[in-house]
Amino acid sequence: MKYDAGKYDVAVIGAGHAGCEAALATARLGLRTLLFSISLEAVANMPCNPHIGGSSKGHLVMEIDCLGGEMGKNIDKTYTQLRMLNTSKGPAVYSLRAQADRKKYQMEMKHTLEKQENLYLKQAEITDIGIEDGKVKWVETNIGAVYQVDNVILATGTYLKGKIYIGEVSYESGPDGVFPANKLSDILTKIGIELVRFKTGTPARINRNSIDFSKMEIQNGDEHPTAFSFEDSIVEDKEQLPCYLTYTTEETHEIIRKNLHRSPLYAGEIKGTGPRYCPSIEDKVVRFADKERHQIFVEPVGRDTEEMYIQGMSSSLPEDVQIAMYHTIPGLEKAEFTRPAYAIEYDCIDPSELKLSLEHKKINGMFFAGQINGTSGYEEAAAQGIIAGINVAQKAKGKEPVVLDRSQAYIGVLIDDIVTKGTNEPYRMMTSRAEYRLLLRQDNSDLRLTEIGHKVGLISEERYQKFLKKKTAIEKEIERLENKVVKPTDTVNQFLERYQSSPLTTGAKLAELLRRTELKYEELKEIDEERPEIPKDVAEEVEIEIKYKGYIKLQQQQVEKFKKLERKLLPQDIDYEAIKGLRIEARQKLNKIKPNSVGQASRISGVSPADISVLLIYLEQQKGQ
Amino acid sequence: MSTIAAIATAPVNGGIGIIRMSGKECFTILEKIFKPLKPQKIEEIAGYTIKYGHIINMETGENIDEVLVSYFKNPKSYTTENMCEINSHGGTIIEQDILKQCLLAGAELAEPGEFTKRAFLNGRIDLSQAEGVIDLINSKTSDEAKASFKQLEGGLSQKIQNIRKVQLDILADIEASIDYPEYDEVEDLTTEKMKKVLTEIKERLVKLENSYKNGKILREGINTVIVGKPNAGKSSLLNAILNEDRAIVSNIEGTTRDTIEEFVTVHGIPLKLIDTAGIRNAKDEIEEMGVKKALKLMKEADLIIDIIDNTKELENEDKEILTMLTEKVAIILLNKMDEGDLHLETSEEIQKINKPVIKISAKNKEGIEKLYQKIIELFKLNEIEIAQGSLITNIRHKNHIHNAIEAIQEAENVLKQGMPIDLISVPIKQSLEELSSITGENVSEDIIAEIFSKFCLGK
Repeated sequence: MKYDAGKYDVAVIGAGHAGCEAALATARLGLRTLLFSISLEAVANMPCNPHIGGSSKGHLVMEIDCLGGEMGKNIDKTYTQLRMLNTSKGPAVYSLRAQADRKKYQMEMKHTLEKQENLYLKQAEITDIGIEDGKVKWVETNIGAVYQVDNVILATGTYLKGKIYIGEVSYESGPDGVFPANKLSDILTKIGIELVRFKTGTPARINRNSIDFSKMEIQNGDEHPTAFSFEDSIVEDKEQLPCYLTYTTEETHEIIRKNLHRSPLYAGEIKGTGPRYCPSIEDKVVRFADKERHQIFVEPVGRDTEEMYIQGMSSSLPEDVQIAMYHTIPGLEKAEFTRPAYAIEYDCIDPSELKLSLEHKKINGMFFAGQINGTSGYEEAAAQGIIAGINVAQKAKGKEPVVLDRSQAYIGVLIDDIVTKGTNEPYRMMTSRAEYRLLLRQDNSDLRLTEIGHKVGLISEERYQKFLKKKTAIEKEIERLENKVVKPTDTVNQFLERYQSSPLTTGAKLAELLRRTELKYEELKEIDEERPEIPKDVAEEVEIEIKYKGYIKLQQQQVEKFKKLERKLLPQDIDYEAIKGLRIEARQKLNKIKPNSVGQASRISGVSPADISVLLIYLEQQKGQ
Repeated sequence: MSTIAAIATAPVNGGIGIIRMSGKECFTILEKIFKPLKPQKIEEIAGYTIKYGHIINMETGENIDEVLVSYFKNPKSYTTENMCEINSHGGTIIEQDILKQCLLAGAELAEPGEFTKRAFLNGRIDLSQAEGVIDLINSKTSDEAKASFKQLEGGLSQKIQNIRKVQLDILADIEASIDYPEYDEVEDLTTEKMKKVLTEIKERLVKLENSYKNGKILREGINTVIVGKPNAGKSSLLNAILNEDRAIVSNIEGTTRDTIEEFVTVHGIPLKLIDTAGIRNAKDEIEEMGVKKALKLMKEADLIIDIIDNTKELENEDKEILTMLTEKVAIILLNKMDEGDLHLETSEEIQKINKPVIKISAKNKEGIEKLYQKIIELFKLNEIEIAQGSLITNIRHKNHIHNAIEAIQEAENVLKQGMPIDLISVPIKQSLEELSSITGENVSEDIIAEIFSKFCLGK
């Protein structure tokens, strides 16, 4: 029996990392928001690794925070360990990573959702979506509730026709023992959305009490940890939990090789495409046959549990083989499994069917975010979630969508990549995907994005004013250092000598000294009499901006070049078939992707520089008419 | 808009070639490289004028070719901008050399179809013609694609791919260590290793860039001057190489009064051989002129072959010639091995200048093959390379390679300053992008593929 359950502005389907950000964004922006999850116990779940952040993913979390998202704040409250990675590799790639208390993270997020005005969290499976005249009208739950909505955001993660493989055993399931969403897949197909099958996997969880840590290397968190959110600061008295490092052995590999025929992957059972960066242990042993050992990281799942996550040992081999092979690893000889490793297959869409706003090109009001778009990772999902949420709200208010470009944010790179090129494997964010990464640093996330977050309405006036104050302080201090001259006095030269820096013969600006690799801002204080008292984050920003000025400027010039073509907009109603001179492949690709700008068009594979010339001419022609 | 330049005629060795320039700075650029017979201020030159003169090498001031230049003044030109067309002698090398001078003087290399595009954008061609324009761009592009594909087949493509492989390799190391910091899979790159790899990349790129010069040598020949005291056997040598009695050979000193030039191809390498009058204290006027000219020729030569009579002790004239060789690429031939051997190679004068020495008999044509091998070695010309066509001949390719070298030098700089690897990766990536513009591959995807084929990473 169906019943009319009322009228709302937007329904978010799935309450994982994408769904949570999306729903919080729309609700905070004043839209009556429904958030559905098959199980409320699975809200903001981390069915795989219990950590957030890391290289380029830490960047995503901070960007989400500066747009007014929740992920950063949530992990700041629930971390068990914090580490800044890559500190010797350059300021742009500093990456914060947190081990998360998985259950606490979930509960904290769920509570935030529950407290949020305009947000209605519901446990239900959506089994039908009503579309009339190419526009979203309603959603229906498995128990017959029909909600009238203008927009829907699909954030179904790995739930769509989810199927778990453990050796010869396979069964339909979402991640972590939750029911899959089978009907929605068929609905999407019926609507005309093409689905592809992807695959991912997760290692076993093991009871801490069965592990011999004396055979492993301990890895502690930072002594003075920093927060993800620009609004938070970390209280250092909270105890951090250690992680541990161990290795596979030749024996482990032997067991794997002997049992390969029992792997559904190698037996051909699994058809889905898996990610290259997340190979199962059997993949690693096969592909890198001459490697004597592989690293295994043992990470706590939380403070109130004895479960440990065994990073590096994801597998789809049968449970008995898993147990045998885990037992060959130093420290895990007596490991007790709490959950076995498994591979999971799921349906996702081709993200190149979306606009850069994450709305479907052909279905008005249908947005997609997260793993359903062929990405992987909690942070990637959350990033799309907040953008989808913002753009539903912009649409409801009759405003232009927010599209971040590749020079503004990793989020921009991520969405531009998947929408422009599609993806044929689960897409992971990596720093090497960002052309202008010297500009896309963690430390300047606020400078890049707070303005946008505030304009959209997710950044409070209070935070914005604080941000403006910081920005002014940075500018003022940079200007002071660029103008203040130090004379070549004995004191100055003795100071320089101490830091093995060549002495001055004439006066030099403080900024010039700071550009020397061997000198730091903090140390220069000694010869900088007028140094004002400034907060640590301001000092950090000043130092980076001055020290790397030359390189930053170079990238800014590249960005200027890049923006020239980004500014040449292509109307959405162009029929590329009708443009004479485009090659056939280019016509088809352009008609499919419908790029926003000539710049975006130039990144589509199959569109050549000659095609771009033709497009430019076409645009000029249109202008003339 | 910038001023653009391109070769307008098809890339074949025709009778004439046209290099075209268009843009505001067109005439300013032209002035730097064109020396007309009758110089005139540009304001005084009317549109549709043709002037005669020479295109000169910007760096050396030497003449490259005698040309006719047509002037077209804004707006009465194909693009409606200031334009000129340089009518040169045909031959890809000459045309490319002239184009190179245009670029050095400030022009930018035109994109395929850019002249026509400008003509259209500036309203010179109306809408009905626009479709034709687009077709033109396409046909032009596909022709060029075909042409460059041909060039990229075989040796050259392989060479560029090999360098890209090294670049990708080091970038994968850097990127993997950034994206997967906790994995020991990726050992941290030491400054030494990085330096070594950068040097290797640079050396290979420089070699490629130099092959552009070799291309020129192939076309124009190695300018080879044969010198030696009278009757040491210069003319006999020339005859031995040419296999005919072209120069007069006699035993009276000073028979060859003027210089004789011959072209000959040896193992695929063209030599422009110049026999000089014996360098000696001239007794009469005619011979003095010849001597002066010989000295000048030696200065301009790519290669000097000094032939010495190995049956007589070194005389002052021999010694004088030897001292002139110090700074040049030279080969010393000890002639007349059929008549005797005084072991002049052990003499202090010859030892001192440290040039290759070969014993020959010009008369019996003995040792000539050794001479050829030495020439090939000195000019680092590899026969296989020549046969495969793995030389850079396209100026666009040369420009990309040149930029790639500059980027690597920048990377070396950044490394020297002790900057972190993230900053070093920027110019390395830039150099990879330059080479990828030649091969048409996608940089970011390639790096990622390389990371995962090389390292075992992830959960």
